[in-house]
Amino acid sequence: MMTKRQNIMYTLAALVVFAGILFLLDENLGAYPKRIFILAGIYVTLALSLNLINGFTGLFTLGHAGFMAVGAYTCALLTMPPDLKTMNFFLKPIVPFLANVQWPFLPALLMGGVLAGVIGFLIAAPVLRLRDDYLAIATLGFGEIIRIIFTNTQSLTNGALGLKGLPRFTTVWWSWGIAAVTVFFMVNLINSSYGKAFKAIREDEVAAEAMGINLFKHKVISFTIGSVIAGIGGALMGHLLGAIDPLMFRFLMTFNILLIVVLGGIGSITGSVIGAVIVTIVMEALRVLDGTMHLGFMTIAGKPGMRMVIFSALLMAVVILYQKGLMGRNEFTWDGFFQRLHRMSGRKKR
Amino acid sequence: MKRILALAVCVLIAGVVFAGGEQEQAGSEVIKIGVFEPMTGANAAGGAMEVEGIKLANKLYPEVLGKKVEIVIVDNKSDKVEAANAAARLVDKEKVTAIIGSWGSSFSMAAGSIVKEAKVPTVGASCTNPLVTLGNEYYFRVCFIDPFQGAVMANYAYKEVGARKVAIVQEISNDYSVGLAKFFTDEFKRLTGDDKAIVAVSNYNTGDMDFTAQITNLKSLKPDAIFAPGNYTESALLIKQARELGMDVPFLGGDTWEAPEFLDVGKAAVEGAVFSTFFTTEVPITETSKLFIDEYRKEYGKEPAAVTALGFDAYLVILDAIERAGTTDTVAVRDAIAATKGYPGAAGIISLNETGDAVKNAVIKTVKDQQFSFVTTIVPE
Amino acid sequence: MSVQLFFQHLANGLSLGSLYALIAIGYTMVYGILRLINFAHGEIFMIGVYIAFYLVTLFVLPWFAAFVVALGITCILGMGVERIAYRPLRDHPRISVMISAIGASFFIQNLAIVVFGGRPKTFPVPPVFGKIITIGGVNIVSITFIIPIITFIALAILLFIVNKTKTGMAMRAVSTDHETARLMAIDVDIIISITFAIGSGLAAIGGIMWGLKYPQLLPIMGLIPGLKCFIAAVVGGIGNIKGAVLGGFLLGLMEIMIIAFLPSLSGYRDAFAFILLIVILLVRPSGILGSVQGEKV
Repeated sequence: MMTKRQNIMYTLAALVVFAGILFLLDENLGAYPKRIFILAGIYVTLALSLNLINGFTGLFTLGHAGFMAVGAYTCALLTMPPDLKTMNFFLKPIVPFLANVQWPFLPALLMGGVLAGVIGFLIAAPVLRLRDDYLAIATLGFGEIIRIIFTNTQSLTNGALGLKGLPRFTTVWWSWGIAAVTVFFMVNLINSSYGKAFKAIREDEVAAEAMGINLFKHKVISFTIGSVIAGIGGALMGHLLGAIDPLMFRFLMTFNILLIVVLGGIGSITGSVIGAVIVTIVMEALRVLDGTMHLGFMTIAGKPGMRMVIFSALLMAVVILYQKGLMGRNEFTWDGFFQRLHRMSGRKKR
Repeated sequence: MKRILALAVCVLIAGVVFAGGEQEQAGSEVIKIGVFEPMTGANAAGGAMEVEGIKLANKLYPEVLGKKVEIVIVDNKSDKVEAANAAARLVDKEKVTAIIGSWGSSFSMAAGSIVKEAKVPTVGASCTNPLVTLGNEYYFRVCFIDPFQGAVMANYAYKEVGARKVAIVQEISNDYSVGLAKFFTDEFKRLTGDDKAIVAVSNYNTGDMDFTAQITNLKSLKPDAIFAPGNYTESALLIKQARELGMDVPFLGGDTWEAPEFLDVGKAAVEGAVFSTFFTTEVPITETSKLFIDEYRKEYGKEPAAVTALGFDAYLVILDAIERAGTTDTVAVRDAIAATKGYPGAAGIISLNETGDAVKNAVIKTVKDQQFSFVTTIVPE
Repeated sequence: MSVQLFFQHLANGLSLGSLYALIAIGYTMVYGILRLINFAHGEIFMIGVYIAFYLVTLFVLPWFAAFVVALGITCILGMGVERIAYRPLRDHPRISVMISAIGASFFIQNLAIVVFGGRPKTFPVPPVFGKIITIGGVNIVSITFIIPIITFIALAILLFIVNKTKTGMAMRAVSTDHETARLMAIDVDIIISITFAIGSGLAAIGGIMWGLKYPQLLPIMGLIPGLKCFIAAVVGGIGNIKGAVLGGFLLGLMEIMIIAFLPSLSGYRDAFAFILLIVILLVRPSGILGSVQGEKV
């Protein structure tokens, strides 16, 4: 059993190695793989935000795309230079109080998170009293309502036209940096008394309440924190793509993140990280299925749309056959890691 | 063990994805032109039509500068994130010389910054939102833009239909629809001198099928005409329901109406509907038009859609530019594209202006005897 | 607003409402028995009408035969979904079942895109359904009358089955408590399959009616109506068949009437359904006709 001090040393060492890897990748990756890599980092953050609410607290929410939208739009509207705004809002001019505002990236990013959190808090209050399935549909409803509002408020969000030309702030450092911070934050949160309360609520609400845990307060906290992180993730994504519009934030977006969380393991931070990376890469790799495949001697004509068929089938297969997902509820620990290494090398010694 | 196996498989796939790029260098005997279109998702139909034109052009003109031209098609899944990924894949992995795409201005806009950074010239076939080319010297298009199209229809409404009061029904979640409606409104108000010339603006969402409430409301306002610049999927149903509810006013629309499904779903109801578009087979504008129409009929056995002709033209313009530039250097090709003047395309003479948009004629068509029928051509002033 | 205008809106609303009602019944029956939101219901509705379409166009069956056959195939499909996506997860936490439901929904939708193609197909409407009847200045398409009639016939038959037959009694038993029903020698699995079959059959009928009224088929056509019909079922009282019908009519009327009185809100149309849902869940979660159920510790 490792001491706490040893754990920290190993973690710090790993962080340094990680930063080194980021640096190397930033320098050497081509634009296309780098983009996928950055996207993976953003999905890590998003998966963690969903996992906190769904996996750790046991609240089944489906409205995540709405919070992402709030974060993305807030950050975008705050960071766009005034002339870019004028160019975008050619249909109907932007509301006066936003016209000349221009903030640097970090404050805008945080503001996006904060605003998403506020919306999350407002939604949480009425909605978290509901049971599983009703909660799911209610949050789905809110996600859609947010999206519909954004589509109709022409002078605030530019409606269906969306915002384009956003400064491309999201780099490898921002995306994975925030992912790392989120992981760190989540680990600490889960191991704190709050985290234990969340897990208790997930396991058995009645028992948790009997133990003196204020159900409502903790649920709201979990939900709000989740939405803050989702807002930040949304803002990162917006500034990676350089263009956002309400149609991006449909239920399909929430479904993608849900897929990652389920595949990685509901209730496992490590699982979400691994899941995000794998799904992002495989999603791109499976593009081959959409076009013609040359397998040396034969050519299989691909049909567009096969990718999503396979993904949904994958989700169902995991849920039905293998509900735990990749990591189940397990986490990565240095102890476990070294034990595994010993075991593997132990076999070879024979 | 199962998990480790699964992980290994994924790592393998990843390796293929990233390693694959290196092998592409060997094929320098081929000039690649990337195509990113919605092949799946809500806008699959539009993408498929454009790709038909591109493929046909590639078949007829497979070579330039003595090398074979290969088109690389990537699906953007009618999704912005995917559109950006698709464009990134084309410029970085496939190392294309130029790109054609996309049907749907929002996808083109998503890819805009990527192609600009990578300095790969991109030609849109049918995306009409002004924002696509504005501020982006690497994006061009072979079609006119919505401010022109909106004005064309406003003029038609005012002069031919004699309308003085028009109601607008727009697809609020579609940037094309909202934009076109606004340009129509501006021009119509200018022509009538009446600020209240637009009696009502009704909204609907993509995928809506029931418009009875909106139509019933409009019926009581008694407009002279209705401008409904939405996609053909909703528009056909809209007009059908309007006729069923007893509204007989003329319906006016934009280029997205021109699809066989519009006639299929609308049947007798859409008789007399009028819309603006880029192209008509009845009055071939140039020699290229004749060639395109003949070849298309031979290949597919049906009449080509307007966006197919535009896809065809986009390919030709790029080929012509590569030839003029004499190289596949993307910056040089970009400059050659920008200098395109008077090029005879299938959908008209193409001259690109400073923002990279084509100044072209608009064609007005109507539905007569359940077929699309040519009415007149409008020349830009 | 003139009386005539009002009645036109009313006719529109009732027409839409009866469609929602038909599909909502399927949701409510499955929920009553399994406490499961069958997300895939909307997709089954879509498949039902596509099958009818292909039977009429490809196999050139006369329309009444095509509709009946499509009904049968959809029932089997519904039972298939239950077998594959829900039965293995019977004893698992509800969250897994929900995810499986969402996965099934997306899977069927994407499969439809691959198999049927993304372009819309025109549903061949037999002329008898398309006639326009004018009553006192209000225009109504003949199908508008037929749909509520079918809805009420279906409702009557269903209520008869549930309340007056042995199978219906078994269904009610299973929806109260699985274990106890099993102890009463009821084969729970078969009852659940039958419920799914009935629900899917109703979805198929609803789909065909929908296709007759809005003759344009798209693979994604099941998503939004599916959600709205679920909301209708919840509003009326989930698990309660009469409630589903009531909820359906309520939702349809509300959608039309709000736009009738506030035309500028037409872009927010879909949001109304969700807002209604949230209001009901907050004010009276068991729905209008539902019974308040305490939660057992």
